[in-house]
Amino acid sequence: MRTALYNQHIALGGKVVDFHGWDLPLNYGSQIDEHHAVRKSVGIFDVSHMTVVDLRGAQVIPYLRKILANDVAKLVPNQAMYSCMLNESGGVIDDLIAYKIDDQYFRLVVNSATHDKDLAWLEKWAKEFDVSVTEIVDKCIIAVQGPQALTLVSAIFEIVNTLKPFRFVDQDDYFIARTGYTGEQGVEIIAPIAESQLLWQKLIDAGVQPCGLGARDTLRLEAGLNLYGNDMDETTSPLTSNLGWTTVFDGERNFIGKQALETERANGVQSVLVGLILKDKGVLRTGQKVVLDNGREGVITSGGFSPTLEKGIALARVPLPLTSASVDIRGTLKSVQMVKPNFVRSGKSVVEMI
Amino acid sequence: MSTVPEELKFTPSHEWVLVEDDIATVGITDFAQTLLGELVYVELPDVGDVIDQGEDCAVVESVKAASDVYCPVSGEILEVNEALADEPELVNDDPYGNGWLFKIQIDDLGQLEELLTPEEYQKQVAEEAH
Repeated sequence: MRTALYNQHIALGGKVVDFHGWDLPLNYGSQIDEHHAVRKSVGIFDVSHMTVVDLRGAQVIPYLRKILANDVAKLVPNQAMYSCMLNESGGVIDDLIAYKIDDQYFRLVVNSATHDKDLAWLEKWAKEFDVSVTEIVDKCIIAVQGPQALTLVSAIFEIVNTLKPFRFVDQDDYFIARTGYTGEQGVEIIAPIAESQLLWQKLIDAGVQPCGLGARDTLRLEAGLNLYGNDMDETTSPLTSNLGWTTVFDGERNFIGKQALETERANGVQSVLVGLILKDKGVLRTGQKVVLDNGREGVITSGGFSPTLEKGIALARVPLPLTSASVDIRGTLKSVQMVKPNFVRSGKSVVEMI
Repeated sequence: MSTVPEELKFTPSHEWVLVEDDIATVGITDFAQTLLGELVYVELPDVGDVIDQGEDCAVVESVKAASDVYCPVSGEILEVNEALADEPELVNDDPYGNGWLFKIQIDDLGQLEELLTPEEYQKQVAEEAH
């Protein structure tokens, strides 16, 4: 599949790869330059492969309070929230952003790799509520991210000036939200295809750096933002995925997976997602074994090279209790520093390297 | 497809070899570095290591993946490119020049016969690119 911006990617020299069935640019020349552009100025991403689903109906709030681990009851109109959607055993079916338009109309943006099972799940539960599920396909999503993103976008859409994080506006075909996946300020703009193509070109003509999937991954990894399928999936709960903060237990609300999470909590969570920094030069890679000093083992769920820290960094799931640790790199144990899973925010390192 | 330097010999695993007397300078080809993408780390052998032909003796790590480098000929490592520790991107920028990896004292000059000529390597690359 191709997004409606495919020809633009080719014209810009994008190196196109297959990403879960979508032909998307890995980079436009230099993944590292693209990464730095977002940390230091601004970059744009075509994320039109993401799935957009509109939910309408009198029972949309009770429906979402059932199927999401975070609680949409706390949202006001034009506010968005990150949440996991869990199965009965507390595993993560997907992570998503829920946007409240009004009491009877919400929008979800979910992952593309999980498109089919997400829609099947949403539709299955919609049958028990008065809710319609409609996928929005004739659209693009453009993410504009970086310290200059808001200035840039507000020159086109003035209202962005007043937009707070996780708030959005929906006006004149443009759905503009203060969200992103980079650890920088920015917006994600959902718009019809023709408008999106014009907007993309306008931003490119203004000299904005287009960024591919490669930079998207290193930016989110530095920001400690989980990638579905790597850092959590249907076999791992939010509690072992650094996503406990997105689950809301208070009150009578009985969301899917709640019981399993309560049992897990009562028994004591067995493992956690941590950040790792390789002390020596080198790169940490997904799948490498983490060896704790007590002999127990964990695994790197997302590894890579941090262009900002110029170090190998990773997210890793390790058993509790935490001790100092090493990573098995091609048969050699290399010492790592264990940190909270968050390395870089707003252009700056947030870890103290030892 | 870029042309490959005429004075070099090649391996099917995308190493190049420059032979001067009984010393071989080894690197990875332009095709290999393009495929790997931007390098962020290069792990080199130690000077004095004795390595067999075909043995993995270095690792080049890009933003995408780690890839082994196989020794084109048997021998003893005489020198490694220290500059790559701080500037691994030299391999991307100048794969046949400043991006060289190591120099090795060739044990058996006969092994050079097994390496590919520029024409043969070019042909292999053309096939792999499809």
